Amino acid sequence: MNHKLELQHITKTYITEEGEMTALDGINLEVKPAEFLCIIGPSGCGKTTLLRMVAGLDHPTSGKIILDGKEVKCASPDRGMVFQEFSLFPWRTVLKNVEFGLEISGMKDKERQAIAEKYIALVGLEGFENHSPYELSGGMKPRVAIARAHATAPSNLLMDEPFGSVDAQTRNLLQEELLEIWARTKKTVLFVTHSVDEAVYLADRVAVMSARPGCLVKCLAVDIPRPRKRTSVEANEFREKLLGWLSLERSKACATL
Amino acid sequence: MRLPTKEKWVWLVPLIILILLWQFIAVYVVKKPEILPSVTAVIFSFYELRNYILPDILVSLLHFAMGMTSAFAVALPLAIAMGWYDTVFKAVDPIVELIRPIPPLAWVPLAIAWFSLTHFAAGFIIFIGAFFPILIASYTGFRDVPKVLVETGKVLGCIGNRKLIRYVAIPYALPSIATGTRVGMGVAWMCVVAAEMFGVSKYGLGCRIFTKFFPWHQMDYVVAYMLILGLVALCLDRVFRHFVEGKLFKWKKGIVK
Repeated sequence: MNHKLELQHITKTYITEEGEMTALDGINLEVKPAEFLCIIGPSGCGKTTLLRMVAGLDHPTSGKIILDGKEVKCASPDRGMVFQEFSLFPWRTVLKNVEFGLEISGMKDKERQAIAEKYIALVGLEGFENHSPYELSGGMKPRVAIARAHATAPSNLLMDEPFGSVDAQTRNLLQEELLEIWARTKKTVLFVTHSVDEAVYLADRVAVMSARPGCLVKCLAVDIPRPRKRTSVEANEFREKLLGWLSLERSKACATL
Repeated sequence: MRLPTKEKWVWLVPLIILILLWQFIAVYVVKKPEILPSVTAVIFSFYELRNYILPDILVSLLHFAMGMTSAFAVALPLAIAMGWYDTVFKAVDPIVELIRPIPPLAWVPLAIAWFSLTHFAAGFIIFIGAFFPILIASYTGFRDVPKVLVETGKVLGCIGNRKLIRYVAIPYALPSIATGTRVGMGVAWMCVVAAEMFGVSKYGLGCRIFTKFFPWHQMDYVVAYMLILGLVALCLDRVFRHFVEGKLFKWKKGIVK
């Protein structure tokens, strides 16, 4: 199956009081099936907006997003999304949260429970099925969100800084787990982050964006074999390269202010 | 939480003091039962009125139920429309805010003109009293649904407003609806007395107080019925809280506790 994702000349402008503001300017990007792509850039560069467009929650002013040969027009369960704030439904238990998409699609009780339990096991939350979101720790919430995004069997997974709010040690653990899940499920992952470390550890390819107007500056393949070591020489070299690009972008952005 | 036995009965102390004080003032200071009946006289009234109490409670509950169910049935759909569609809110809110401050008592002439002296006239007054608290609290619940939960619903397959309302907005707003209903019940019960003042029926707690006891200055009977009004409302509230709030607010505990 070919789940190719293409962004064709995406531009987004907002009308503000001072006139037109270009948030994204002519972004072209092709994501290969089962690729893990990290989008990195300074805050306010529109990386979240870009991801929301792929999800179908936002619309480009011009340009097209093509998925499997079809243009993306609205949200659909074939693109799972993990939001920054996890957005678990607080009135539903872990199990019911993971079941949500399947329930909407009209699947029978037993069937959807079996699927949900499979994904809850995948993220290592067995035994927490009947807990409510408020009873979960900070590291469990993103796991539930990941399980829920997987449950509808999407071909693409969109993640918007999902580990931004968890502590550093939990984040490392979650990254390792995410890679394991990805290795097993082979989904196309679009992962927005502001952390260079995270991008270097996770991605097949890193797309670097510049701020105001947001455009794609560089696309770098991370040619470090997996499993990667965070402290290896190659990883550090790559990190330095990325940081160099980012600080160049930052200084350019400052110069134009 | 279990209270220590000492604190469990602490509410009895002021209650007993109040009763003793009341008895003392009525018998030794005021000495006029038509101004302040004594406790013993009121207790004796319960015995004297034993044949009237139950039918009166039942008729008042009938009026209460008529007003409450119709208020709920009209307020909830309107609250969904006003809370979910901003255009509806902007269009309807001025009318709501104009009618809301009109005291239910001011509707009595119209109620009698429309329904003449029937149970429906009483039900209508109670409807007016209960309608606005339910409406306001419920539409606030719908307006407050976090955007990210709505978007999560969309990404997981809620296509169209109907599914979003059913699976995201209503569950989120349920605690607000329950709060509005509880406040509405309180106002409705206050309106019971007002609605029955005008002889819409032969029975009813308010009816009895105003058409049978008050003209003869039987203040011991009046106070006995006042106590019944308080007790019935207390029971209604307890029953509601036991069956509704305990379940609905479970997921809110994490936020409120």
